[in-house]
Amino acid sequence: MNESLFTSFITPTMMGVPIVVLIIMFPSILLPSPSRLVDNRLVSIQQWLVRLTSKQMLSIHNHKGQTWALMLMSLILFIGSTNLLGLLPHSFTPTTQLSMNLGMAIPLWAGTVAIGLRYKTKTSLAHFLPQGTPFPLIPMLVIIETISLFIQPMALAVRLTANITAGHLLIHLIGGATLALMSISTITALITFTILVLLTILEFAVALIQAYVFTLLVSLYLHDNT
Amino acid sequence: MASVVPVKEKKLMDVKLGELPSWILMRDFTPKGTAGAFQRGYYRYHNKYVNEKRGGVAMVLAAYMLFNYCPCYKELKHQRLCKYH
Repeated sequence: MNESLFTSFITPTMMGVPIVVLIIMFPSILLPSPSRLVDNRLVSIQQWLVRLTSKQMLSIHNHKGQTWALMLMSLILFIGSTNLLGLLPHSFTPTTQLSMNLGMAIPLWAGTVAIGLRYKTKTSLAHFLPQGTPFPLIPMLVIIETISLFIQPMALAVRLTANITAGHLLIHLIGGATLALMSISTITALITFTILVLLTILEFAVALIQAYVFTLLVSLYLHDNT
Repeated sequence: MASVVPVKEKKLMDVKLGELPSWILMRDFTPKGTAGAFQRGYYRYHNKYVNEKRGGVAMVLAAYMLFNYCPCYKELKHQRLCKYH
């Protein structure tokens, strides 16, 4: 275990040079773009996955919402690949930094709201008042809906940060505990190791699920507003 | 020292040291040229390291892990196995 538990989350600098930009750009090397009719294995697998995901995710949108296809697919690819790469030992995950997630969430959410307000002003403003509310409750409900609208980008960013950070922290802690327990009692260490294995499997799932949830929510906000 | 083949068309390994400044100035620094250079570099990297039959992506990931070990080395130095910490 490190001296403080959070040393793995500081932005990495190598001899004073911040290499965090290189680390953010690294997943793009692993995702080559298809250039031929029949590509090599890596590109074909990725192409198939992207088609599968895009069909499933864009099926709920109308024509106007489907212009966001490129944005949503790059979003899910970026978050998924960055989270999965963060599970390698010693690597730095950019999505653990709240600054980056806010930078992803706020513009996308603001874009969906701006589209809604510009093209369908009445409908998007009507979202503030659910159907069938009794008359005296209306002012309070409008206030509550406004607050819930403005909390959407914060929730998107904080959800992603907190999930990934918590997962990494748990892995560090339980790994450290296993190592410390090995000299005391091997059986407890084995049990802790099993917990570690299960946790790692969970982390793989969480990495992908978080990407999916982020993108799904953005697409839902889009659906409301187109 | 002049050479038989004009400097402009040589690859880097064939350029003599005295001709190096003129070779560098000859490269095209327009945005289109720099983009072309990045694209060529990317495909050279890919064809050499990723498109191999023996699992190129795994090699790239292993190199990435080793690369990330360098900034962490300072904090991890005292985690070596020894009797007294």
